[in-house]
Amino acid sequence: MSRLLKGVAASAGVAVGPIHRHRDELPPLPEGRPANTEAEIERFRRAVGAVTEHLSRLEETTRAKVGDDAAEIFAAHAMFLEDPAFIGPIEEEIRTRGVFAEVAVSHTAERVAGEFAEMEDEYFAARAADIRDLGNQLLRQLLGVGQSDLSTLTEPSIIVAHDLTPSDTALIPPGMALGFCTMVGSAVSHTAILARSLGIPAVVGIGEVSEVDGTTAILDGTAGTVLLDPSEEEVAAARAEIERRERERAEAALHAREPAATLDGHAVEVVANVGNSDEAERAAEAGAEGIGLVRTEFMFLDRPDLPGEEEQVEGYRAILSHFPTGPVVFRTLDVGGDKQLPGVEIAPELNPFLGKRGIRLTLAEQAIFRTQLRAILRAGPGRPVHVMFPMVASVSEVRAARQVLDEVVSELDREGTERATDIEVGVMIEVPSAALMADLLADEVDFFSIGTNDLTQYTLAVDRTNPVVAPLADALHPAVLRLIRQVVEAAHERGRWVGVCGELAGDTLATPVLVGLSVDELSMSPPSVPLVKNRIRSLSRETCRELARQCLAAEDPAQVRELLAAS
Amino acid sequence: MDRAEATVVITNEVGLHARPAALFVRKAKEFESNITVQNLTRNGEVADAKSPLGVIKAAISQNHEIHIVAEGPDAQEAVDALVTLVETELA
Repeated sequence: MSRLLKGVAASAGVAVGPIHRHRDELPPLPEGRPANTEAEIERFRRAVGAVTEHLSRLEETTRAKVGDDAAEIFAAHAMFLEDPAFIGPIEEEIRTRGVFAEVAVSHTAERVAGEFAEMEDEYFAARAADIRDLGNQLLRQLLGVGQSDLSTLTEPSIIVAHDLTPSDTALIPPGMALGFCTMVGSAVSHTAILARSLGIPAVVGIGEVSEVDGTTAILDGTAGTVLLDPSEEEVAAARAEIERRERERAEAALHAREPAATLDGHAVEVVANVGNSDEAERAAEAGAEGIGLVRTEFMFLDRPDLPGEEEQVEGYRAILSHFPTGPVVFRTLDVGGDKQLPGVEIAPELNPFLGKRGIRLTLAEQAIFRTQLRAILRAGPGRPVHVMFPMVASVSEVRAARQVLDEVVSELDREGTERATDIEVGVMIEVPSAALMADLLADEVDFFSIGTNDLTQYTLAVDRTNPVVAPLADALHPAVLRLIRQVVEAAHERGRWVGVCGELAGDTLATPVLVGLSVDELSMSPPSVPLVKNRIRSLSRETCRELARQCLAAEDPAQVRELLAAS
Repeated sequence: MDRAEATVVITNEVGLHARPAALFVRKAKEFESNITVQNLTRNGEVADAKSPLGVIKAAISQNHEIHIVAEGPDAQEAVDALVTLVETELA
């Protein structure tokens, strides 16, 4: 009997295959006493040896695939396993209290983590997490449940997990992830963003599922569904859909590097959204003409300390190196209360998406802001660079941010530090007030980039992280399209260009309406670049304009989708 | 049994945390002597310099003064090496 699970569509495409259930839950600890205390200590030491070996493998893989900083985490974990202050009390407890190793590990890890958690600094809270993580790995080893490790996957699978962290996903061997499905999470979670950048279908927020390991499933990342135990017919239909998509991709890839213009000769710039140098490389290979959005926050998250200026310069330079000529737009740090920044205290917020985030945060934390701006300007000496501010809601914020930028430029010049020459400044249009004030904002900047994901959630009052209402967050809502039109008109009147960098930009269904609304640049996850270019080449600008007019007059997203599907 | 000691100020921006702490412990482990470190600025406990947990818990931040003591056959070399590490690589 097949069973259909519904979640939130996070990355388009279809996958068929066995489910690999990535587990982080543990079985109960053994009760009673081991027969032989010394043998129990020996068993504990063997577990330490096995976990140490496992950590050194993780360190190696991570160093090769992700980078030195991420790998350091595992090296640090391995050091704790040699630490007499950690290992000593565990052996002591087994010896004196005659308990099983699992019990002693659990006690000691909790106690040591607790001591760290009590210390005031966030850095120590992160160490508490390290110790708990390490205790968990020892327990898994002792309990014989194996490490919850995705690096040893040998069969291409649909990976089902409670949630996936960036370090989890980074370890998956190439080709082994057919699709991602998480029980929690939203279309803006790490899993979702990563899946889109890799072109892997994903469904998130599916809720609790049990006993699915090894079950065959069809994951539909466009519809946001997972079908368990499908019939043969359903599998055949899904495979046909996968093949159709692959053919489409192969065909589009043939012309990926050619520019994209409509049948009547109107060129649209097709660029990519990236978070790091690897993604920038994939973007260049996919035929992106530049980078419309560098998500600089990726360098700041999941680490114990803030990246210094030199480290940022190197990171940004690596991204620029893949686009020696094309435009590259650096969006300054876009985090808020939902993502912890090491060393930055943000009081808990009831609604972080309406809280201190984006430019609100960086204007308040000027040291971080200045360091980042210095690094962006230093990364490409002598070349043009685009700097973009996120979460702008009013003109005064842009003025304040520009002033900081101007000060940083003068500072670099005073020092005689080499820097980027032509600096274009832009803002993200993602808050409805910014869209409505686009005419005045256009006087302050050189370009706009419309972030349709956030613009949609703020315009429609829909929390995209809430699976109950997430389906209502449709960027093809006529209200969102009307705001896009208003922004483009205000910008073009003043000679500014406008990009779209939300998911809408990479959706080929939406391409005609965006072309019809005269958007100048579309920025998307790298795998979508060839597909969108192909779509643009099949369109006539005049027809698109008429279609856009009809879409703007539609009542709801459903009508817009009908109009687009028929076009 | 030789004994050596030194007092040194941490200039590193992040203090003896994260990678600097790991490097410090790694260096201490190269020596046979027993080595301790104490955070004088915080008037903290005497911690085992070969224990990452001990060093991290000493909560040594930028501009803190630390006291390093080594006892054993290579005590002087150990203290010299740790002071050099703090003053050069970790500066």
